[in-house]
Amino acid sequence: MIKTDAIIIGAGPTGLFAVHQLGIIGLKCEIIDNLDRAGGQCIELYPDKPIYDIPAIPECTGEELTNGLLKQIKPFKAGFHLGQRVEEIKKENNLWTVKTNKGNTFLAPNIIIAGGVGSFEPRKITLKEAEKFEGSQIFYSVTNKDIFKNKKISIFGGGDSALDWALELSKINQITLVHRRSEFRGAAHTLGEVKKKEKEGKIIIKTPYNLKSIEGDKTMTGIEIEHEDGKLEKIKTDYILSFFGLVMKLGPITDWGLNINKKTIPVNTETFQTNKEGIFAIGDICTYPGKLKLILSGFHEAALAARACFARAKPNETYRFEFTTASKSIHDRLGLKK
Amino acid sequence: MPKITYISHDGQKNIVEVPTGLSVMEGALQNNIEGIDADCGGSMACATCHVYVSDNWFNKLEKTHDAEKDMLDMAYEPKKNSRLSCQIIVSNDLDGLEVTTPVKQI
Repeated sequence: MIKTDAIIIGAGPTGLFAVHQLGIIGLKCEIIDNLDRAGGQCIELYPDKPIYDIPAIPECTGEELTNGLLKQIKPFKAGFHLGQRVEEIKKENNLWTVKTNKGNTFLAPNIIIAGGVGSFEPRKITLKEAEKFEGSQIFYSVTNKDIFKNKKISIFGGGDSALDWALELSKINQITLVHRRSEFRGAAHTLGEVKKKEKEGKIIIKTPYNLKSIEGDKTMTGIEIEHEDGKLEKIKTDYILSFFGLVMKLGPITDWGLNINKKTIPVNTETFQTNKEGIFAIGDICTYPGKLKLILSGFHEAALAARACFARAKPNETYRFEFTTASKSIHDRLGLKK
Repeated sequence: MPKITYISHDGQKNIVEVPTGLSVMEGALQNNIEGIDADCGGSMACATCHVYVSDNWFNKLEKTHDAEKDMLDMAYEPKKNSRLSCQIIVSNDLDGLEVTTPVKQI
């Protein structure tokens, strides 16, 4: 079990800046995110799209913003716990215990939820029959490509993941690539490679088609796809790989007894505390009169929540406001050389 | 003020007035219309304000941008007449517009 001053749930820009604001005032923290890298929506949804409303940064991409924040919080040595989701929280003697689905446990007086719109999970095939084959013949990510040798594979999706895996697996098998429209949105170079493989007969492209049904009882034997104009076609398939991107789900957060209003958590704007003592919510997930879902608002919220954490983390000390320009103790925390 | 009709997947109609300049998504949220989630708040970063637009209206709308088409790939059961309602801006020309919400958004 890791003991700390605050546990941050969500490593998007707001969660990352919360590390900074806690660090500046001398508090330690651990940060948890379901994605396997920091950055949240910035890195997952728009790594290459420019953002124009970060103060003093006229233009930067989601990736640049994330890298900048990671650099800025480096001195505070926060523990990162990525690729795992917080499943359970419990309060004991004024302290919160937090457990993740990877079995890690944390203990702290404060939890800061910076969970955006929830945790990212792969968007699944909507057909009911897909459920029973998930993990055995239907996959939303690839962990072991050896199982695909000499098998019939149908890949669904129109983005980079679908194209990349079609290319990769076309080295060992003929692949069927199915997409709902004729344009693909992957990188131009990758698309060129895929078209080349199509000419060689290594990849069969089926557009504009959607998955209509899955055949087979205990074992999936094939699929039926439907053309935009209604024409049906059967394809023998041993494995489906589906890459329809990610969806955001609040998930277990809804089970923690927090007030939730339209997928957001109401907070007190002085401390950003929720209806539970010691649990704070900042960034897109919190709501209050006038709330704007902007990164810069998340930064402000992080600053106030961090100060509120101080009283619970160090009940015997008095918090004193200091500027980073002048404070020796802040300079020490930043590891600046004298 | 233009009237927009929101039809649920099971056929329930909600007709509301939406000020020009707002998006069809915002019109739904302000009138507590169910079936439009709009998780990302209109930044075209999710596909949870997905609607189907009837054919006669679909062609009157401004063309779907590529970025929106890309995002619609992620929507629940997208069709030819799918749009993201955050990208449809209400104007007087759209008075009477009918949109149908899908069975679910994710």
